[in-house]
Amino acid sequence: MTATTAAVEAVWRIESGRLVAALARLTGDLPSAEDLAQDALEIALTQWPRDGIPDHPASWLMATAKHRAADQYRRQQNLTRKLAIIGHQQATDSPKGGDPMAAIDDDLDAPVHDDLLRLMFTACHPVLSTDSQVALTLRTLGGLQTKEIARAFLTSETTMGQRISRAKKTLTDQQVRFELPPPDELPTRLGAVLGVIYLIFNEGYAATAGDDWTRPALCHDAIRLGRVLASLQPDQAEVHGLVALLELQASRIPARTGPDGQPVLLAHQDRRKWDQLHISRGLAALDRAEQLGGGPYTLQAAIAACHARAGSIAVTDWRRIAALYTVLAHIASSPVVDLNRAVAVGMAEGPERGLAILEDLARRKVLSGYPELEAVRGTFLQQLGRPTESRAAFERAAAATGNTRTRTLYLQQAEQAERGDPEEKEKSS
Amino acid sequence: MRYLVLLKAITIPDTPPSPELMAAIAALGEDARTAGVLVDTQGLQPSAVGSRVSLTGGQLSAADGPFTESKELISYALYEVRSKEDAVEWTNRFLRLHRELWPGWEGEADVLKVFGPEDFAASAGGSGGSA
Repeated sequence: MTATTAAVEAVWRIESGRLVAALARLTGDLPSAEDLAQDALEIALTQWPRDGIPDHPASWLMATAKHRAADQYRRQQNLTRKLAIIGHQQATDSPKGGDPMAAIDDDLDAPVHDDLLRLMFTACHPVLSTDSQVALTLRTLGGLQTKEIARAFLTSETTMGQRISRAKKTLTDQQVRFELPPPDELPTRLGAVLGVIYLIFNEGYAATAGDDWTRPALCHDAIRLGRVLASLQPDQAEVHGLVALLELQASRIPARTGPDGQPVLLAHQDRRKWDQLHISRGLAALDRAEQLGGGPYTLQAAIAACHARAGSIAVTDWRRIAALYTVLAHIASSPVVDLNRAVAVGMAEGPERGLAILEDLARRKVLSGYPELEAVRGTFLQQLGRPTESRAAFERAAAATGNTRTRTLYLQQAEQAERGDPEEKEKSS
Repeated sequence: MRYLVLLKAITIPDTPPSPELMAAIAALGEDARTAGVLVDTQGLQPSAVGSRVSLTGGQLSAADGPFTESKELISYALYEVRSKEDAVEWTNRFLRLHRELWPGWEGEADVLKVFGPEDFAASAGGSGGSA
């Protein structure tokens, strides 16, 4: 049975992470493993469309990569870089080096669990820039093709290919071993992995209104990566916290864009469109995260859960949201957290109290010119019956945003403010 | 995007499924769950213990099973994947296990796309997004 390229790529998405991880355990480094895996993929892309997908594609890919490794071994006697395997893993039990294929065979049967974890940590290694971490994670663990990553990040295939090559070169130059971080570095390094997954999600989330579904698909790539990490690190609260946050945010995707692609704010979303499957999975992940202790992602997920559980803005537990933002501000202080806290406090205790927090931000000269801050200010001022100031705030928000659709929305709000519409209280989605 | 896979049996051998098959199915399910793509899957009881509700000629009726069909629905799986081909590949693997571990078994699986936000994207020729 012949196979389409899309079918081959689907097999690749399933196998890429485990294949690269298993190969990297052999080579001792990620770049050589990735090269070997890509070689195997290229051969598959030539052969499978003609001969069909083999019954056991994982074994086929691994065997093919091994053959490539062995070829290289035979060609270049100096195998220290390409196949450090024989040197560092087999030295003790086969002093003469033996047959490289046999050595590889032995290693393939070992469990792949820790290798996947090593792969995540290595792809998100601190010697790499964030952009490179993202690209390498999507390419190895996500099994995406360079052209797919390029399209999702609105750049050319050439640029993305260069980014990946540079990342691999950096890992090689810095002699980054394929290993788990030492225990004392684990929290920081895990934080970097979580940060990369969240960044991938947000890249997709910011693009939901766009016209190419490749970008929003990143949201689900991120969720998949999060679920994989959760199965590898089941005892880490924040892994579940991040998964919960992503699931709960993703649940709103069907409702946060109007029929013409315009953004729909949380207050105006048709909550019947929220995805109940994502919500239930998100709440379950949040439960695990809270049992394990939590952290900033867990707190943000808990806030998202308040919205997910509420039937409308009016019945939302804004006091709890405000309290959660206060805790969040203590452990992960940021002006944006303060802004969100202002919204929640405004909803829970009235617009004066919310406005007071905004004034405090202004005094500290943070977020000045930040469009969302002006929009929130505009909403509070409108609720306080100060239409002229409200209109001015929305106009400042419109002038500050770089997003055309959002600008249109703010300008509409500016007009409504002046007309004195008793517009619903709102919060950005 | 989500795909619902409905598995139907055509020929069920007299020999019961082996423990090896059951173990392999469980392992494959675990694999798919760990990969973050399998959202839900369950086996279905024979239609003999189910009911069918129908509307024909303006008449509603409910009848207990079994339904007279040559193919019995035996399980469902809900996948969350990047493309149809991913769902097809996971389904291939499921059927391949039957070929390897339950000789004589024949069946088919329908891989059906669940409507998702991607189907209502702004660029989708203006097809309506509200339901």
